[in-house]
Amino acid sequence: MMCSTCGCDQPGGVTITKIGENNFTPIDRLALIKPEFPLPTNKKVIEVEQDILLKNNKSAQHNRSHFNADHITAINLVSSPGSGKTTLLEKTLAHANDLNCYVIEGDQQTLNDANRIAKTGVPVVQINTGKGCHLDADMVHHAIHQLSPQPESFVFIENVGNLVCPALFDLGENYRVAIISVTEGDDKPMKYPDMFEGSSLCIINKMDLLPYVDFDIEKCKSYARMANPNIEFLEVSATRSEGITEWIDWLKEKSRAEEKVY
Amino acid sequence: MHELSIVMGIIDIAEEEVRKSNARKVESIELEIGTMAGVEQQALDFAWDAAVRNTVLSNAQREIILVQAKARCMDCGIEFPVKDRFEPCPVCHDFLNEFIGGKELRVKSLVVS
Repeated sequence: MMCSTCGCDQPGGVTITKIGENNFTPIDRLALIKPEFPLPTNKKVIEVEQDILLKNNKSAQHNRSHFNADHITAINLVSSPGSGKTTLLEKTLAHANDLNCYVIEGDQQTLNDANRIAKTGVPVVQINTGKGCHLDADMVHHAIHQLSPQPESFVFIENVGNLVCPALFDLGENYRVAIISVTEGDDKPMKYPDMFEGSSLCIINKMDLLPYVDFDIEKCKSYARMANPNIEFLEVSATRSEGITEWIDWLKEKSRAEEKVY
Repeated sequence: MHELSIVMGIIDIAEEEVRKSNARKVESIELEIGTMAGVEQQALDFAWDAAVRNTVLSNAQREIILVQAKARCMDCGIEFPVKDRFEPCPVCHDFLNEFIGGKELRVKSLVVS
């Protein structure tokens, strides 16, 4: 069970919907506190020296420690819109019968992706960011509360389709996986280096379309390695269910389920 | 854009400092932003004006200290300024570079009253 004292019943703009239930938990991202204090007579200089993303980072660490305590493996899936994240997830969930999985979906609007995942029978929550362009740790925290994943499970977080903004926001995941499809340019990793620098694995999807496009796989890999020399690669075709076994093997190898701290 | 989230983060920090010092508002605020922090100046300005209305930062003067991103060549050891992460060393033309700074995103100080 998640924390009992985090006081996370904040206000609006973002909605989180658990598929299969009617309850919403609105989070207000724009509620501000107006202090009522007596007027001081002096100006005061305060040396703040604080990281602006500190709040998100603290929230991410909070998520991370919950995942660690329950030996949950959390994967943050990032890509441009249309690279095939949801299809890849659908196939993964269909093939990984021996894994206990949960999904957090992120989009600006609609429950479309979450509904697709729900058809696989896996528990799923949809975060709608409204105007927001990325998921942040706070949103994931609220989603986890609704999902209540069991210990030793996998939690897949499908981020908003966007190769720019999500790179800045730690969600508390164990691994970030970047997905790029052969119908995109092979220079994508050069154009969006921050995202590839922070990713452990790059999945090259839609391999079934490779004969019809000018995508140079080795060039793409070398660009990704310039951003991150340690990045691993997998080539898949989600629609054809090719390469899915190797992806599941990678997940099992990274699973935190076996690690027990006594 | 994520610049709005960043401004919201700055507002959170400012509200907290105002509350802690029993003050009313922020007169001025000093931000440190690295040239490779992933923050676009124009987007930040746009987000700032919209987001700080009716907050303790609404009339605050804003000073931005830009921290130039630098790299150190792992081969010859020289340090040089960089605009993006794929610049070769100007001396040995190698790409084996280690980045130093340039990703800062901090509130350095503020003046409250």
